[in-house]
Amino acid sequence: MKYLTEFRNGEIAQRMAREIHQVVTRPWKIMEICGGQTHSIIRNGIDQMLPPGIEMIHGPGCPVCVTPLALIDKALAIAAQPGVIFCSFGDMLRVPGTDADLFQIKGRGGDVRIVYSPLDAVELAVKNPDKQVVFFGVGFETTAPANAMSVHLAKRRGLKNFSLLVSHVLVPPAIEAIMSSPENRVQAFLAAGHVCSVMGYWEYPPLADKFEIPIVVTGFEPLDLLDGIRRAVIQLEKGEHHVENAYERIVTYAGNLEAQRLLAEVFEPTDRAWRGIGVIPKSGWRLNDKYRDFDAEERFQISGIHTEESPLCKAGDVLRGAIKPAESPAFGNECTPRHPLGATMVSSEGACAAYFNYGRFLSAEELASAGATHA
Amino acid sequence: MPDHGAPDFSNWSCPLPLRDYPTIVMGHGGGGKLGNELVEYLFLPAFRNPALENLGDAAVFELGPGRLAMSTDSFVVQPLFFPGGSIGELAVNGTVNDLAVSGADPKFLSASFILEEGFPLAQLAAIVNAMAEAAAKAGVRIVTGDTKVVERGHGDGCYINTAGVGALRQNISVGPAQAQVGDVVLVSGTIGDHGMAIMSVREGLEFESQIRSDCAALNGMIADVLDAVGTSVHTMRDPTRGGLASTLNEIATASNVGIEIDEAKVPVRGEVQSACELLGLDPVYVANEGKAVFFIAPEAADRALDILHGHPLGRDAARIGVVTTQHPRMLVARTAMGSNRVIATQIGEQLPRIC
Repeated sequence: MKYLTEFRNGEIAQRMAREIHQVVTRPWKIMEICGGQTHSIIRNGIDQMLPPGIEMIHGPGCPVCVTPLALIDKALAIAAQPGVIFCSFGDMLRVPGTDADLFQIKGRGGDVRIVYSPLDAVELAVKNPDKQVVFFGVGFETTAPANAMSVHLAKRRGLKNFSLLVSHVLVPPAIEAIMSSPENRVQAFLAAGHVCSVMGYWEYPPLADKFEIPIVVTGFEPLDLLDGIRRAVIQLEKGEHHVENAYERIVTYAGNLEAQRLLAEVFEPTDRAWRGIGVIPKSGWRLNDKYRDFDAEERFQISGIHTEESPLCKAGDVLRGAIKPAESPAFGNECTPRHPLGATMVSSEGACAAYFNYGRFLSAEELASAGATHA
Repeated sequence: MPDHGAPDFSNWSCPLPLRDYPTIVMGHGGGGKLGNELVEYLFLPAFRNPALENLGDAAVFELGPGRLAMSTDSFVVQPLFFPGGSIGELAVNGTVNDLAVSGADPKFLSASFILEEGFPLAQLAAIVNAMAEAAAKAGVRIVTGDTKVVERGHGDGCYINTAGVGALRQNISVGPAQAQVGDVVLVSGTIGDHGMAIMSVREGLEFESQIRSDCAALNGMIADVLDAVGTSVHTMRDPTRGGLASTLNEIATASNVGIEIDEAKVPVRGEVQSACELLGLDPVYVANEGKAVFFIAPEAADRALDILHGHPLGRDAARIGVVTTQHPRMLVARTAMGSNRVIATQIGEQLPRIC
């Protein structure tokens, strides 16, 4: 496959890993922001290829994971209402709310549907004028343009039965929050390539200056990740801190201007609660006044929700990069993909699920020796 | 039958004289005249064989001495017609394959239909004809059946259950618990074709070349392998729902061994890989309907692979891994990067990712 196979070449990967080994003189802690990158690092064993001192800290960039519990409970309440078609991306369906998940709501008779695009939900609204169609609009800057387009189209077509339950979150304020935390250990960031394909990377130089950290815009294939890590390590070793673009085949400095115009037309910044982390100022988008009529939270006045996190769940510590998933006492015990306590164990982008599914309950030595008979 | 999605029924000549109703009505399941007409004009002509023609409450047949194998499966696929097949072929081949991988020669099948009121008779006829063709190809007879009709809105058009009986081969002993350390793991061809064919229709995905289901009866290919190296074959499975990963995990658990595969050696069609990338799915978890995995003593593996390559359904067969004493009950893959990863069993169906 063009643009994929070339970036999964094992020999070149080994060569890039050797280059990293050659430049490293001391330990460094690098955070990959995006859950898609975490998934790829663990799936491909990139962390196994790095020098022992280079630690990848997994960031909060899994939209499913950081969507606050209160909003999940709200989604469950709306989805359970008669006359509602509740549409969502697939991996939201198994995220546990306080009492249930969307799969259980579906089993109890709620009309919950998996769609691949919010525009499919708009079409459903056109075809079902007697139903209220709600789309669960979660995600970072990556998914925001399509969600913005859905309400933009719904407004233009005068649809009265389409609304968006919005929980958009933004990367730059998250970097700011992580760097400002007293327990921060992160020394460099891999910025999320897909986010930057929409937003460009003009937002990042002020952060690199303020916190004196290297930020490398990085893609998702093994060679992309190794290149991002390599560039971050070189900057760290030289004592430099600037923004680099290691994902040039997709990302430009300015980003997708058309998408940014649409986002500005539909959304406005808002304080947002991140599950497991807390409220980060101006870290999200909500529908602005012009589009408020399409806000599902306005349309469905849901009250009396009592939300309660599992006391055993350490997802917050994982999302802040304070601990690795396997360091949570519940990991693999009370908390498994089958009985997840938190969202990080559900989404394939969640750090806990990535660790569990790819066998990171084994020690590094056990994993390395597992392949002995291949030789 | 046209190659793409739902067949074109506009010029379809239904073998069933349409009498009063072009669609299924409640009366077709009522045991009266309408039901008899379905049997007389549709099922009998399509499935014609002596055991069926008795029209008794049970089919009566002889199967010779020796042990028997029996299996059953229900089919609820949507859409009913897809590139490379239909629910009809699936219903026959699914049960045939379950018998074949158990080391049996499939002989007789039952077929039960649960039809939804309003289901077009022309579509039912297309499905029944597909079953008849698939049965003839696989060398099995459909000897008994049943039809029930449910009210509109209580079914998805057509559900089919088939059960099958086969004669176990002599001197063959295979089972999910019999994989042995040192065994070589073979897969008979590319993985993920069926699941992605269904998904592409459902999601309206189009690629340069269309993804077709691999739906096929495997008993002929498996018989070739067993004829040549039968005593060296320890385990056979058809990796249907849950795909290759789930099947290999089940075998690792049942046999209490570790399985290692080399990811780069697992055959995947380019268009299937592309579709998986697009939807955020992993082909090792995607369903197959015409593939088998073999666990074979190492000294017989090359011979088995040659035999597979000589069969039309095994042209892309590959040696993908080995059975080891390490990490018992776990499936470990060597990635293209040279690292190792565990491939766990999925909890439910694979969920498409957000971004």
